Amino acid sequence: MTRVVDVSNLVAGYLPGVNILNGTNLYADKGELIGIIGPNGAGKSTLLKSIFGLVKVREGSIKLNGEEIAGLKPNQLVSKGVGFIPQNNNVFPSLTIEENLQMGIYQDPSKYNERLEFVTSIFAELGKRLKQRAGSLSGGERQMVAMGRALMMDPAVLLLDEPSAGLSPVRQDEAFIRVSDINKAGVTCIMVEQNARRCLQISDRAYVLDQGKDAVTGTGRELLNDPQVIGLYLGTLGT
Amino acid sequence: MSNNQTPEKATNLHIGKAEPGCKKVDPILVIDNVKKSFGGLTAVEVAHLEIPNGAITALIGPNGAGKTTLFNLLTGFDTPDTGTWSFAGKDLAGVPSFKVAQMGQVRTFQLTKALSLLTVLENMKLGAKNQTGEKLINALIPSLWRKQDKALELRAMELLKKFKLDAKKDDFAASLSGGQRKLLEMARALMTDPTLVMLDEPMAGVNPALTQSLLEHVLNLKNEGMTVLFVEHDMHMVRHIADWVVVMAEGKVVAEGPPDTVMKEQAVIDAYLGAHQDTDLGVVTGRIDIITEEETK
Repeated sequence: MTRVVDVSNLVAGYLPGVNILNGTNLYADKGELIGIIGPNGAGKSTLLKSIFGLVKVREGSIKLNGEEIAGLKPNQLVSKGVGFIPQNNNVFPSLTIEENLQMGIYQDPSKYNERLEFVTSIFAELGKRLKQRAGSLSGGERQMVAMGRALMMDPAVLLLDEPSAGLSPVRQDEAFIRVSDINKAGVTCIMVEQNARRCLQISDRAYVLDQGKDAVTGTGRELLNDPQVIGLYLGTLGT
Repeated sequence: MSNNQTPEKATNLHIGKAEPGCKKVDPILVIDNVKKSFGGLTAVEVAHLEIPNGAITALIGPNGAGKTTLFNLLTGFDTPDTGTWSFAGKDLAGVPSFKVAQMGQVRTFQLTKALSLLTVLENMKLGAKNQTGEKLINALIPSLWRKQDKALELRAMELLKKFKLDAKKDDFAASLSGGQRKLLEMARALMTDPTLVMLDEPMAGVNPALTQSLLEHVLNLKNEGMTVLFVEHDMHMVRHIADWVVVMAEGKVVAEGPPDTVMKEQAVIDAYLGAHQDTDLGVVTGRIDIITEEETK
């Protein structure tokens, strides 16, 4: 199996002298759906942001298909095949859905039609509403546009920061099903989530982060039933 | 399936059929014709709603249903276009927010409002009411309020311990994480000795294991005789602690009743809960075949 992403001993942070990530390890093989869960302040979002070049890497390495990418800028990473979907402000509200999707592939516009076909094969609804302004969409629909935009560049890996945040239960389930659909279409995904139970249910493998380190890892199923994870993080409510 | 004991629920709260606007045996909040529009959008339009006294009521509904706006109207943080409402028999229309809190109806916010340059303990002490030192003259004579201050500090520490914030008491509130601020806000609300506690998404962003221990504290509030009204998207929490559930959609109350009944109503499932509530998404998405009884345990 091809290793798409390989993060080893990553140290990163925002303030000088304060590390949020303290030697985190993570990998994703081709076609895998990886979940990242953990308590508040564990460094989940920071990990995604460092892979996408938004947070400076202090130590360690990040490899994409064997090539070192730590220290590259987000635009360089996008052209190398890293897609990122932020938690908030992830669409251009004054642009139409079509324009949002075009923004996703501005680095290689000639492939627009081919990629649009791929994206609308996963999200048929986007194809029907290309002329609608993204600002008029609900939270769940915006999430779909953001996912579509990130998929336009045919990413080798898609990074998702809390796709279910702020959505009501039915919309949350839809968001998770969407992530699963993207993954089934062959895209490797790394997803950070607060809704740990749902995240583990659809993940092939998952990591529990605690204080900037990967504390526990295993398949989604293993972690769902792991007493340590339940005690530390999941709790028993909702089983 | 679960090793959690479902806590004892308060029953027989309503009179007649459990339907939107039904009468309660002992209502603490009574709302009549409250309407609020923002421009052309009607955010809240509640014809009649009663919140039962001494019970835990959950307010649920899709994003944009008007739950937080209703909270704002009831606590004086916003004024409605029309309508009246009363708290424990006293008319509250036009009463400013700080007076509402003094009367014993206190709330928390979805986006927390901690005073970030005060320490955690100072934030807590600020919550207590009727402090002798509030009056200018008294403030100059420490002997008048020192004893009360000590008592408040003890009480604050007790609450902080419950919310696992006692180790942070001397830290600035600004240094707390989002989840911890939520906890501080809830603890501070309890410093006012309220009769009705209104919590706006208290557990959003708090990690699941901690949520569970906090639910015990919310249940204790009921045992101590307080009434709780809360907004929440976490249905496990709602099912676990709520005695009564009110469902809002597009500004209106569309369903009411005990949690188990309400959550089975088709309209509520369609608009809000979705069909996969109790299903493993691994099965829904076809990622795993079927879950055996063993695995669900």
